[in-house]
Amino acid sequence: MRVLIIGCGRVGGLLAGRLSDFGHDVSVVDANSRAFRRLPEKFPGRVVLGTGIDEDVLRTAGVEQADVYVAVTEDDNTNIMSAQIARSVFGIDRVILRIYDQARAAVYRQLGLTVICPTTTVAGMIEDEVLRSSSTTTRIP
Amino acid sequence: MYIILVGGGKVGYYLTKTLINEGYEVFLVEKNPIKCHTYGERFGSVIMQGDGAEAVTLAAAGAARADVVIAVTGEDEDNLVICQMAKEKFHVGRTIARVNNPKNEELFRRLGIDVTVSQTNVILSLIEQQIPNLPFVHLMSLRHADLAIVEAKVAEHSPILDRPIERIELPPETIVTAIVRKGGVIIPTGQTIVRSGDELICVTKREREGALQELLGI
Repeated sequence: MRVLIIGCGRVGGLLAGRLSDFGHDVSVVDANSRAFRRLPEKFPGRVVLGTGIDEDVLRTAGVEQADVYVAVTEDDNTNIMSAQIARSVFGIDRVILRIYDQARAAVYRQLGLTVICPTTTVAGMIEDEVLRSSSTTTRIP
Repeated sequence: MYIILVGGGKVGYYLTKTLINEGYEVFLVEKNPIKCHTYGERFGSVIMQGDGAEAVTLAAAGAARADVVIAVTGEDEDNLVICQMAKEKFHVGRTIARVNNPKNEELFRRLGIDVTVSQTNVILSLIEQQIPNLPFVHLMSLRHADLAIVEAKVAEHSPILDRPIERIELPPETIVTAIVRKGGVIIPTGQTIVRSGDELICVTKREREGALQELLGI
């Protein structure tokens, strides 16, 4: 599978390393060259310096051959725009993006994008833990 | 009419000022608290500090009753999301986005933004119109169906010279709407004869421009 990842932060870097370990053909785009230090030392994939919202940069990164597109930069709006370029300009069906803001996440999910919202996910997990601990611990009166 | 503006840079500032003077109900949303403070002293209470891409900010600004939302920040990704949020979540009838990178104009329209304004393209086209003797000038791009209004000068060796318009085989989807000849304007009929040096004002599809230039000998 050919995967294009926009944003080489902690999530993007980790994902790129893991997917290429599984034998997938991975390309990573980031506007900051220092971000690529997060990739594993012998990362076999392609690395492209540039913004993920520029069609020419994406072409260089092989967007036209990509099966899956992942937008995980630190900026919600950049991810949103990048994901929509992938879908409407390059016709990629499998587009996954991260949006921290839950209101925006809901809107773009409704528009048919696959949105991961860490805010709701993490809050939900913590909530589960909180509720579990409150039901198992007995408070000393 | 209620207009919400997002982005208080130079464009946002002067636009707010102009629209207020013209009697519109205007509200400006700006991220930077210092700018908000300064503008607040000048404009009064029509300014709010906040991120216009956030639903709570738009809601507080009254997006639900806004007729127009205009996003004029310096970042294209922000302008896109502001307009899309206004449209999808608050059902604002008309969204206008400033496009900083002219390459994004086409994309924004495709993604449902009603109007895009690219400063770069506007300045470019104004300068183009001022350069004398340029044989082919883009006067205006129309939003629908990729139409453009162009001004084209008929060359001395053009194959259509001295022929009435009805006998000229124009490229498909192209019409001659006016002819500028020696400073005067002629609204052409089928019998109007095209002379060397005429400037034709044509409405045409963008992809037909090449064929039109060829026909006029440009």
